[in-house]
Amino acid sequence: MEVNRIIPFTSVLQGNKSMTDTLLAVKDIVKTYPGVIAIDNLSFDLKKGEVHALIGENGAGKSTLIKILSGAIVPDSGTITIEGKDYTAMTPKLAKSIGIEVIYQEFTLIPGISAAENIFLGEKTKPGIFVDIKEREARARKIFEGMHVDIDVSKPVRSLSPAYQQIVEIAKAISKNLKILIMDEPTAPLMVSEVQTLFSIVKDLKKRGVTIIYISHRLEELFEIADRITVMRDGCYVGTENIADVTREKLISMMVGRTVSENYPQRKTSIGKEIFRVEHLSGNGDYDISFNLHQGEILGFAGLVGAGRTELMRVIYGANACDEGKIFLENKELKIRNCSDAIRNGIGYIPEDRKTQGAFLRMSIKWNIAMNNLRHLSHGIFLNNTAEQESAEKYCKLFEIKTPGIDQQVMNLSGGNQQKVVIAKTIAASKKVIIFDEPTRGIDVKAKQEIYALMNNLVRDGNAIIMISSDMPELLGMSDRIAVIYEGRKNGEVMKTEFDQNYILDLASGGKAHEKAE
Amino acid sequence: MKKQNNKRWIDYYKQFGIYLFLAAVFIFFAVTTPNFVSYKNIINILRQVSMFGIVVIGVAFVMIGGGMDLSVGGELAVVGMVLGYLMVNLHLPVAVAIVLGIILGCLFGVINGLVSIKLNIAPIIVTLATMLVLQGIAYLITGGYPITGMPDKFVVFGQGYVGVIPVPVIIFILFIVFGWVVMNKTYLGRYIYALGGNKEAARLAGINVNRLTVAVYTFSGFAASIAAIIMVGRTNASQPGAGSSYPFDCMTAACLGGISIQGGEGKISGVVVGVLILGILDNGLVLLGVNTNFQSVIKGAILLLAVAIDCYKAKTKRIAK
Repeated sequence: MEVNRIIPFTSVLQGNKSMTDTLLAVKDIVKTYPGVIAIDNLSFDLKKGEVHALIGENGAGKSTLIKILSGAIVPDSGTITIEGKDYTAMTPKLAKSIGIEVIYQEFTLIPGISAAENIFLGEKTKPGIFVDIKEREARARKIFEGMHVDIDVSKPVRSLSPAYQQIVEIAKAISKNLKILIMDEPTAPLMVSEVQTLFSIVKDLKKRGVTIIYISHRLEELFEIADRITVMRDGCYVGTENIADVTREKLISMMVGRTVSENYPQRKTSIGKEIFRVEHLSGNGDYDISFNLHQGEILGFAGLVGAGRTELMRVIYGANACDEGKIFLENKELKIRNCSDAIRNGIGYIPEDRKTQGAFLRMSIKWNIAMNNLRHLSHGIFLNNTAEQESAEKYCKLFEIKTPGIDQQVMNLSGGNQQKVVIAKTIAASKKVIIFDEPTRGIDVKAKQEIYALMNNLVRDGNAIIMISSDMPELLGMSDRIAVIYEGRKNGEVMKTEFDQNYILDLASGGKAHEKAE
Repeated sequence: MKKQNNKRWIDYYKQFGIYLFLAAVFIFFAVTTPNFVSYKNIINILRQVSMFGIVVIGVAFVMIGGGMDLSVGGELAVVGMVLGYLMVNLHLPVAVAIVLGIILGCLFGVINGLVSIKLNIAPIIVTLATMLVLQGIAYLITGGYPITGMPDKFVVFGQGYVGVIPVPVIIFILFIVFGWVVMNKTYLGRYIYALGGNKEAARLAGINVNRLTVAVYTFSGFAASIAAIIMVGRTNASQPGAGSSYPFDCMTAACLGGISIQGGEGKISGVVVGVLILGILDNGLVLLGVNTNFQSVIKGAILLLAVAIDCYKAKTKRIAK
């Protein structure tokens, strides 16, 4: 495309700013897309060897900034100064030659080939056209040894857990001449125990002088890992703080532009009679699970990733086969052979991944909200446009879905609003028992609050909610009762009065339940 | 600035491009080819297009539902041969033969659908295999000889007229209306879009995706069997090699008409235009005296163009996200 867009100026000392320990500085960066200003006059700097956290709600411009630094996109104006050299833009090649590497949320590994092959992909370790596998494996092993992790370098990365795949990604970055590592929500796919491994690797990198830009929605972990935090909001720079000088509350208010209590909204819902009961349910990797649920209640499900919580809900919802066991709704036994049986009986399921399982991204909001309830909205086999429109408008208003109109494609909405569309789609058809699977994953603080409020309204109206969440504060804050799943079996149940994070984590990793807890 | 203009251009194309393309092709032949715009030739094009168009509408259902059906040509050939065999060799009444032929076509569709869901094989492979099998069977029925001498009552379906309009054109119009109503006005159509757009989300929305998959393949088989009736009627013969160009011609027409290869997108109106473009090209190139090999080159280039634009659209969308 444009060949001459990189114009390195001779380094000009920038006024009062000390250049000694500043590795990278961006100044007055602007990036606009048609109709949207993604980044507006952003300036920020990176000190050598620090872990610099970058936070902001969805749509704050973090991803755009990463793309600018990695050369994926070209800013409209502004300068990027790296080690005293000014650039108007990066290119992927230039960024790599400087030593900027990005670990995206979606991994870029090739699943079918080994860790060693992935690490040195595209690199010539030996002259000629042949690949020197032994040499590569030896070098890969050395990198992993340096990181104090034990990974079989010859196994295809497909067979590694997400945590190990991520370590391979990091190893891939380390194998290059790494100066700045940008990590986009690195802990999102990880289990609690794995997060610590990641942190020790990050700390190790820091010791070696690598500078890290660390993006995360989980504020707690920043206090453990970051040196400084930069907050962005609506494409603008809000401020940079030393981690020692800020509190969680301060960060949240910087992110949303006002003081928000991240407390979970109180409910004054009285818990009614039993509405739903599962007896000795087995299937889809789960064994002999029983629990019940009352009107007006939120039952949380705790467990490690992969413990079988989603699998259980999919059996209840009819998405996977049930081998054994009974399901009762309002004391009547249900025969659920497929999802439409569940929907018809008033059981709704909001999947954990809204993009691949929840929403039809290319379709309109109206189209999506009508989907589960389509037969009721139709006259015989014919669609009823008016009814669909009314339904969509009702939910857009009720849930405060921010959109120019109900004909907007869902993929143009922010994560929080997409999630609201999926919730609307589900409860438009069935809301006696609503299963929320990770209801607030990857959405910003404000939208989270709105979804909590929405859940509270649902139970207030006499419905019941089952909530799977890997976010412990959320689980403790929202649930009336928590059931814990460990390796496909139920391992205890905890009442609100006994909520204790350590106890629940203990149960989730196989610990024994207290006597009183059943 | 440049980017904005580009986007607007592609949006325009999305809405009207295909109609402009149709107009351009029509005007090109109208100007260059003497006999192109004559009542006789126009009717001829419409009749040719009808048989093909019916099959494409069936294929479009499958493609919008996220599948692919290459076997339609084979289905058409076998149903055609069976029709001839039943009427000419076994002297069965026309109505019985037609009913059996349609049942057979639907059955082929059911098999395609069942195999692709039960064995979980990519539909393009399943129907590629059934295409080969059926094309072989079509030859095996008579050992490769055509069957001729259909009853007069049957020939009407290919050669008859209602007023000035050929019967095949009327059947094609019925298919267009049916397809349009189903896809735009019924929840069934909505479900097919959902199936092609996101199968797992469709299943979780309570759609019986397996039954729906079988249903769209069955409709495709049904459409192929109707086309077979028209074809045998029109040529007054069952040809084992009939429809051999259909697998890819259908895809060309559907893609040209804006049916996304990934499924979940496309309109019946677009499909009709795609069919007309190919029909006019076929007819016009012959009238122009372009040799068949060169016709193939042109068709291939046009398919590439259609798919390239389809992918281009997808790309701009992803960037916009």
